[in-house]
Amino acid sequence: MIANSDVSFTIAPGEIHALLGENGAGKSTLVKMIYGLVRPDQGRMFLHGEPYLPAKPAEARRLGVAMVFQHFSLFEALSVAENVALGMENPPKLRDLAARIRAVSAEYGLPLDPGRRVGDLSAGERQRVEIVRCLLQDPNLLIMDEPTSVLTPQEVEILFHTLRKLAQQGTAILYISHKLEEIRALCDTATILRRGRVVATCTPRERSAREMAELMVGASLSAPERTSAPRGEVALAVTDLSLASPIPFGTPLRGVSFTLSEGEVLGVAGVAGNGQDELLLALSGELRSPAGAIRLMGRPVGALGPQARRAAGLVAAPEDRYGHAAAPDMSLIENAYLTAGVRMGLTRRGFIDWPKTRAFTEAVIRDYDVRTPGPDVAARALSGGNLQKFLMGRELDQGAKVIVINQPTWGVDAAAAGAIRQKILDCAARGAAVLVISQDLDELLEIADSFTVLNEGRLSAPRPVRGLQRDEIGLMMGGAHGMEEATIAT
Amino acid sequence: MLRLEKRPNPSVFWLWATPVLAVALTMVVGGLLFAALGSNPVTVIRTIFWDPLFGANAGYFRAQLLIKAAPLILIAIGLAMGFRAGIWNIGAEGQYIIGAVVGASVGLAVYPTENRLIFPAMVLAGAFGGWAWAMIPAILKTRFNTNEILVSLMLVYVAEAILAKAALGFLRNPEGMGFPGSRNFSSYPAARNFDLIERTGLHWGGVTALAVAVAAYVLLTRHGIGFQIRLAGQAPRAARFHGVSPTRLVVFCLGLTGALAGMAGLFEATGPGGQITENFASGYGFTAIIVAFLGRLNPLGIVLAGFMMALTYVGGSLAESTMNLPAASIQVFQGMLLFFLLGVDVLTNYRVRRPSGAAKGAEA
Repeated sequence: MIANSDVSFTIAPGEIHALLGENGAGKSTLVKMIYGLVRPDQGRMFLHGEPYLPAKPAEARRLGVAMVFQHFSLFEALSVAENVALGMENPPKLRDLAARIRAVSAEYGLPLDPGRRVGDLSAGERQRVEIVRCLLQDPNLLIMDEPTSVLTPQEVEILFHTLRKLAQQGTAILYISHKLEEIRALCDTATILRRGRVVATCTPRERSAREMAELMVGASLSAPERTSAPRGEVALAVTDLSLASPIPFGTPLRGVSFTLSEGEVLGVAGVAGNGQDELLLALSGELRSPAGAIRLMGRPVGALGPQARRAAGLVAAPEDRYGHAAAPDMSLIENAYLTAGVRMGLTRRGFIDWPKTRAFTEAVIRDYDVRTPGPDVAARALSGGNLQKFLMGRELDQGAKVIVINQPTWGVDAAAAGAIRQKILDCAARGAAVLVISQDLDELLEIADSFTVLNEGRLSAPRPVRGLQRDEIGLMMGGAHGMEEATIAT
Repeated sequence: MLRLEKRPNPSVFWLWATPVLAVALTMVVGGLLFAALGSNPVTVIRTIFWDPLFGANAGYFRAQLLIKAAPLILIAIGLAMGFRAGIWNIGAEGQYIIGAVVGASVGLAVYPTENRLIFPAMVLAGAFGGWAWAMIPAILKTRFNTNEILVSLMLVYVAEAILAKAALGFLRNPEGMGFPGSRNFSSYPAARNFDLIERTGLHWGGVTALAVAVAAYVLLTRHGIGFQIRLAGQAPRAARFHGVSPTRLVVFCLGLTGALAGMAGLFEATGPGGQITENFASGYGFTAIIVAFLGRLNPLGIVLAGFMMALTYVGGSLAESTMNLPAASIQVFQGMLLFFLLGVDVLTNYRVRRPSGAAKGAEA
């Protein structure tokens, strides 16, 4: 596979340059080459006019290139300063380092206490650790891979303020995202990649988000259509669900109650790490609860395991694709059997009906436009977006009564995300009750009928999406931090 | 410097080529070892790998191969199921011993009754003994989250103590004039595990091993439990999401290995071994770990690996007696086999790249 082909672009000191593209368009490969993780087969790079070909990330860092990854590499049991020290070649004494961290974080408006344990930090604060770690190296070029996906609107503002300040001081910033409105607000230039090639370079402020999205996809986009189905009976009722978290540094669920009706899409917003994973585990059946705490069509299912819940009509799609929703080393067929075995009748007297499973897998691949050489390849061979399309199709195509999804379009390109959202709405239109947990507010506002926020394991009372103001939501979500500090103080 | 790069799909070629490469490397390095001991490496390798199959007296040695391979295959298949699921039973040796003791006790308790049901009952008792012994680490793991590697391994030494007690005490032959060891089953037809075809070495253990291999293959590839086993080993969180109960899986895998190892012990005690003696345990339970990995944890691969390992046993003792090699050198040889296998195994999921070569390509 050729991930990048004849890509050329330049970035000047002080410029904030967006790198836009679908999943699998080659953004990651491109920045990995700049950061020395992948070697280009052809072509040249220049840094300050000098030929530049880093053999490893340490060399890139020495030459002033820093990168903040989409997934943080932090040790939760260690303090902020210790984490920063671990990433340095020759770390200074911890006390001196702490002082430098304080200085840098104050200078750039990134409040951060070097002595706190990373496990106690919010996702936004963890990202600040990564950014401060980069800033300590005085980079000339800072690469940011999807930095806002875990932040509240308020935290995004703080981040943008920092990035603008850095740019003013002459740091070049390469900003990868597919949140088009953010790119329009922040970036000076955008390079748009499609299938590994540059298809356009533009000034984001002069283009509409829709125009850029169409350049990315190479086709015109249509917004998801909603045919609001009449609300049916209550399909899922959760009453006072409280559970300890099985995840280290996880958030327990505290008295979660809500009802979900047939044909309804309920959006659960919230900053990552506020109990989203735990809520999904509790609903999928991986975490058991008192039987009556969760009722499916009136039937208590809290004490049932995942397979029994699927049989009863509840399917779930976890956020983590590699290792949770799918077994990375298994084929797509085996991964289809993973959850669809019960409902699609793929088992006969304990034996797996592989031909039938293959047929189901092929149908999902077709319906969801999954780009794969075939159903026999390992799940890990698919790009993130393609695997997500497959996994969504696997759950949505089972004709379940209740569908629970955590982050349906995390790391998925605009076109695929649109397709997935449309399929979710189609499910609701045929009468399924859908619970969508997401950190993408735009997504929730687009597809949800009702809206609620998960804060520190507590779920707010659902409100209709119509008439909801964005600032209100921001405050509902931001409230988490006020409460967090209050709980620590006591 | 060499660099490893993860393959997008595991290589099917290397999956099966690595055992062959490991055997080849073992021959080369083993040859060097034997040369250092002052023997002609080519002759030693030929004595180990060729003579038992095609040399003088091959008929006798081929029967020995089958006798050695059967218990190895039987135990290794059970182990492989557990290893696939990430459950590390290292104590098959203990389960093998207890199976033999329990099964033999049943037979000796009714001595000298002649009944066709005695031998099947002994096989079941052997399987039960091994199963029960394996339940100790299983229950400790599921109840108290103890490490099954340590518990099952330490139970081997407990089992050896029980074996010594049995050979010297409660199972000792009352007509044995005070010598340690039980009655010899070769003089007790109802309880004897005889050669099904005279002088081929094929006894009930060999038949069971082959049947179990086929059944295990079908279970792993076609049955829901086999799917759960593979899933639990590859992606534990996905397994919980699928609905695998870790407790049931641990009990199933350990129990299966225990039962198979117990049966292997019983077949050995009533057949080639002939009686329960103090030094009845011969390390099959440990060697089977190597066999399981040499066979890629695949039941059909394990059948081949079992014969391969049996060859090193038979050929090894042949080399020992004809060429005066120390017994330990054969064990080193077997250890090497596992070492190289695990070492070259990396090629299945990774390919080796030379970064300097890639850089040259980039400049061109």
